[in-house]
Amino acid sequence: MNIDNIKKQFPIFDNKVQNNDLVYLDSANSSQKPKVVVDRIYDFYTKEFSNVGRSVHYLAVAATNLYENTRVMVQKYINASDPNEIVFTKGATEAINLVANTFGQKFLQEGDEILLTELEHHSNYVPWHYLRRSKGIKIKFAEFNSDGEVTLESIEKNITPKTKMIAITHLSNVTGAILPIKEITKLAHSKNIPILVDGCQGAPHLKLDMQDIDCDFYAISCHKMYGPTGLGVLYAKKKWLDALPPYQGGGGMIREVKKEGITFGDLPNKYEAGTMATAQVIAFGESIKFLNKIGIENIEAHESQLTQYGEEVLRKNNSVKLIGSPKNKGSVLSFTLDGIHAHDIATILDEDGVAIRAGHHCCQILHDKLGLSATARASLGVYNTKDDIDKLNESLNKCKKIFDR
Amino acid sequence: MELKELYQEIILDHGKNPRNLKKSDNFNKDAAGHNPLCGDKVHVFLKVDENNKISDIAFEGSGCAISMASASIMTDLMKEKKEVEVKELVDDFLEMIKKNPELKSKILAEDEKTKLMSLSGVKKYPMRVKCATMAWHTLTSAMKNSNTEKSD
Ligand SMILES: Cc1ncc(COP(=O)(O)O)c(C=O)c1O
Repeated sequence: MNIDNIKKQFPIFDNKVQNNDLVYLDSANSSQKPKVVVDRIYDFYTKEFSNVGRSVHYLAVAATNLYENTRVMVQKYINASDPNEIVFTKGATEAINLVANTFGQKFLQEGDEILLTELEHHSNYVPWHYLRRSKGIKIKFAEFNSDGEVTLESIEKNITPKTKMIAITHLSNVTGAILPIKEITKLAHSKNIPILVDGCQGAPHLKLDMQDIDCDFYAISCHKMYGPTGLGVLYAKKKWLDALPPYQGGGGMIREVKKEGITFGDLPNKYEAGTMATAQVIAFGESIKFLNKIGIENIEAHESQLTQYGEEVLRKNNSVKLIGSPKNKGSVLSFTLDGIHAHDIATILDEDGVAIRAGHHCCQILHDKLGLSATARASLGVYNTKDDIDKLNESLNKCKKIFDR
Repeated sequence: MELKELYQEIILDHGKNPRNLKKSDNFNKDAAGHNPLCGDKVHVFLKVDENNKISDIAFEGSGCAISMASASIMTDLMKEKKEVEVKELVDDFLEMIKKNPELKSKILAEDEKTKLMSLSGVKKYPMRVKCATMAWHTLTSAMKNSNTEKSD
């Protein structure tokens, strides 16, 4: 796999950022976009645009076919058994809100428990918090260990007869821990508990097979998968999409509307109310083609090598302390630097064109437990190289120099 | 070059060794400020005497070099200032950070102004302006003794 050739497919790297070559280490936040994806949006709007599913004219039919075509591509990409198990949303956040809201409405009562982990992103906590307020449910958090991992045992320990849903991340966006979601799913199902996986960080980096994992829900963020913003995917087993009530109401999701009452449409329309992010969905098809062309196994191998290299380099730097050392780790390197606040680090690195993230990365529960208000995070994508890691390290040394003056 | 303006020696000095970083004894007004986005926290304690003058000021908190330096310099400059002066200085500082090239107030001595102007480097870093201003907004809340934190 030739990274130079891959990097050339991303126009952002053609431009200087404040007179520097861009060293982009913020892919866990959002990935850059290959030219094919950007072009697809332009082409759709300039040559093929029409709303989907509403009209019978030529452009509308063609647009509808393109839109539905992406649904099938996503289905195949994650090996779901039916394209109707793919629901487009505005992001992973909306996907999780959809499940929390509809599942909560239909199946949860006061005293019921939802089991999360301390690693969760706010978007896999806040939607459940709403149910704590409206329904009086309880939220439990499975603990992470000193390596920043959540184990099967830690999940098992927290399951009670009241547990009605387990909602956990696939890959922590701070410690990089990859959770044993297949084993956790098995455990959950043995106790008749459905499981939602926040796959935001899993989907861009790991090979996915919904039928093998067997989880009930899997939330995906397309903008982290070399795709457009404003788009996410909810994978849900068909039995759930049939059983749950609709989420938002509006055009497109109904069958018949009368003054006395309304009947709802079939899948997948039931959950896609209003005009959807049509151009983004169609362009996301190109992201999947892009990923397939390189091969997710190759991406996994490349990123895993690079993560190891990054850990090595940062461990050798005595001023750096890595956050978490999970045995099974995705391409996220969170760290602190001796006595220098993460935001000062990010500002100084930025001057060298090194883009990282600083803060709590939407994981305040995790940071509170570690007693840290903020960490710095370098996260990798398919276009990153050892060179990028070296530049990161050089810039970190520069931080030290500035602060040790 | 701009980095050097942002991280001037005086900022690093105050950032690493903040002055007045303690809980003041027998304060009678206080307020807490928090920027959850970056985790900066500051809690300002005041002793305001019967003439509406700050007779003692201190702060507790943690955060980036800019926010710590700003709180440190601010608490240094606010000692013995009357309420009207505090308001004038806060407004002057915030206007300077937002747009004015210089401080306008006549309250401060030249060397004090120079010290405060060392924070003007953040103007070029819009994402960091909040780091410099948080302590000042918190001071305003403390004067009114209105804690601004909310949780749901
Ligand atoms: C683990 C995790 N969950 C959820 C989200 C939210 O995803 P989206 O931006 O698609 O709503 C993110 C992205 O910030 C994330 O990293």
